[in-house]
Amino acid sequence: MNVSDRMLLSGDEAVARAALDAGVALGTGYPGTPATEILEHFSEIGGRAKWAPNEKVALEVALGVAFAGARAIAVMKHVGLNVAADPLFTSTYTGVTGALVVMSGDDPGIASSQNEQDSRHYAVAAGIPMLEPADSQEAYDLTLRAIEISERWNIPVLLRMTTRVCHSRTVVRRRAGVTAAPAPHFERDIRGRVMIPAYARTAHRKLRRKLAEIQAWNESCSLNRVEAGEPALGIIASGVSYMHVREVAPRASVLKLAFTYPLPVEKIRAFASGVERCLVVEEGDPYLAEAIRGAGVDVQSKAEMFRFGELDADRVARIIAGDTSPEPPAVPGKPPQLCAGCSHRYVFEAFRKLDCIVAGDIGCYTLGVLPPLEAVDACVCMGASIGVGLGLRHVLPPQQARRVVSVIGDGTFVHSGITGLVEMTYNPPPTGHVVVILDNATTAMTGHQENPSTGRTLEHDPTGKLSFEELARALGIADVVVCDPALDKAGFERVLGECLANGRINLIIARHPCLLIAGTLREYERAAMQCCEALAEDP
Amino acid sequence: MNDRVVNVILAGLGGQGVLKASEIVSTVAFRAGLDVKQSELHGMSQRGGSVSSDIRFGREIFSPMVPPGEADFLVVVAPDQVEVHRHQLRPCGVLITPDAVDATKLASRRSSNVALLGVLSHHLDFPEEAWLEAIRAAFAEKLHAANLQAFALGRASR
Ligand SMILES: Cc1ncc(C[n+]2csc(CCOP(=O)(O)OP(=O)(O)O)c2C)c(N)n1
Ligand code: SF4
Repeated sequence: MNVSDRMLLSGDEAVARAALDAGVALGTGYPGTPATEILEHFSEIGGRAKWAPNEKVALEVALGVAFAGARAIAVMKHVGLNVAADPLFTSTYTGVTGALVVMSGDDPGIASSQNEQDSRHYAVAAGIPMLEPADSQEAYDLTLRAIEISERWNIPVLLRMTTRVCHSRTVVRRRAGVTAAPAPHFERDIRGRVMIPAYARTAHRKLRRKLAEIQAWNESCSLNRVEAGEPALGIIASGVSYMHVREVAPRASVLKLAFTYPLPVEKIRAFASGVERCLVVEEGDPYLAEAIRGAGVDVQSKAEMFRFGELDADRVARIIAGDTSPEPPAVPGKPPQLCAGCSHRYVFEAFRKLDCIVAGDIGCYTLGVLPPLEAVDACVCMGASIGVGLGLRHVLPPQQARRVVSVIGDGTFVHSGITGLVEMTYNPPPTGHVVVILDNATTAMTGHQENPSTGRTLEHDPTGKLSFEELARALGIADVVVCDPALDKAGFERVLGECLANGRINLIIARHPCLLIAGTLREYERAAMQCCEALAEDP
Repeated sequence: MNDRVVNVILAGLGGQGVLKASEIVSTVAFRAGLDVKQSELHGMSQRGGSVSSDIRFGREIFSPMVPPGEADFLVVVAPDQVEVHRHQLRPCGVLITPDAVDATKLASRRSSNVALLGVLSHHLDFPEEAWLEAIRAAFAEKLHAANLQAFALGRASR
């Protein structure tokens, strides 16, 4: 074995490496655990990568790249796929000229998310072929295969991964002989890409024909393999569940699935009929088990208790044994906390003091919900703070309505808070409203990514900068106040009190850089200054 | 190294370099030509919460997670995290805690993660130079001296 062509990569890094090897022209996406590192790594190793303001825009940009005949990848966490669902569902109708891979990082066990959704349902709902890697080697290989499938059938492909696969480092060997990426070009295809009803009806039928063809091809596709074992027990598994199965049931017959939509039903039927007991082992919802039973193949599946949380070797052993006795409780670790001295802290202290009803949002500041602050009353999804706050204001009795504030970070505001602000000016509640943007100059929660309001690109180079103040004024919000909640605690508290009392619609921008990047920020600013000076000197 | 899979768990709190240390262990095993899987959940690790990382190496590894109760080595950088993880250790497994090195002798307090790797390195069958190489690869040059000193301190302690 030649050791030098092996690499030890996380699943995320392996996807990035495959994208680079395949000549992907542009990687787009939005940060979110567990998928964030894909674009960061892609950029690091020489790929062209861009953070979009949100996942919907990311997918649309990637679709444009694929309409131009090039290869594109759009990367997001599972809940990001909800945001991108609108273009997703119609991109399967329009199809693509080049390649489009949509990567979704699911989070069974909710390591760092707001829900435990199983994005495999999207494959069925949108009619998008789906591949599920089990380790980094497969993340690499299946990214390449996704590009091939996408180009062969002119259809986007969903690469569905989970936190465990994204974040585990395992050995990867790169492949030679990846076909060269085509040169981008525009070819008109009005009926194929303009989804007015007349063309969309045709496109839907065409999509279903493609899927039928892909399914037939998948029946003999090498991505799904039978590993022969004893006939007493046959296990069907995909993703990391397969690895746990190999760990605890080395003698079982296994059908390892990697291409999980549209399913190779006949291959599954043949496997099931060749074993005495056929069991599906999967994390999350019983997606495979239900689809397989729906196709008339009799298989056993896990008990309901295993819908929740990640699987591991122990839990898979229990599933195989049919053991539904209570599991040992997890030993609680130490929960994460706001850093000591984080400026978010002072904002939540003021909310407490003024007895606010807080419609919260997602970011480091969600940790304001934990003791001793306990100052968040709702948190649903990115951007929801503003709409939820307005809804509360509309119907609560005035003395309660006047206590409602919406609080949202800079990253989250750009992602999906802007339309909320528009709603506030369009349909102001009778008692007015107060929105607080926590502008810490970064997307801290996911590891300090840039966003359009920091004025720097994914690579931290200067670019156009969104100004919250100017945006709010353009929307017709007269009361816009900027203050620093860490340097002037009393001032912030006073401003908040005044805004709550004035009965108008208010925007408070609480501006103080995240402690952990204050030093780095100064370096970026110095670099930008030097760059400006050099330009000014250049005649 | 024989066919047996070696299971190591590193644990501590966000900011203590648990992930960096586990990257060093897996790199050493990887460069020795073994199959390696290293797995951790690091969603919100920066903010001082519990962090742990599983490293498994041997001829062929399947699950990336150390099966419960099967850790051969449990290396804990934060004393208050020992009880959180003790159940993961095999009955005759080795527990390595901060007590194993004299922290007052560390050139930098932040290197206690690497000092504990020095202790761990005693028990594993890799040449010392492989560890030093992996440490140099994991840190920026200005941090080499402090981390190599920490490793040597840990390796010398018995
Ligand atoms: C749709 C969606 N995409 C991505 C994420 C992951 N995510 C959680 S919080 C966050 C942004 C946090 O940034 P910001 O609002 O600036 O707050 P900070 O953490 O800096 O305080 C992101 C991207 C998510 N939860 N939902
Ligand atoms: S990382 Fe920054 S924003 Fe997040 S808690 Fe720490 S100081 Fe606050």
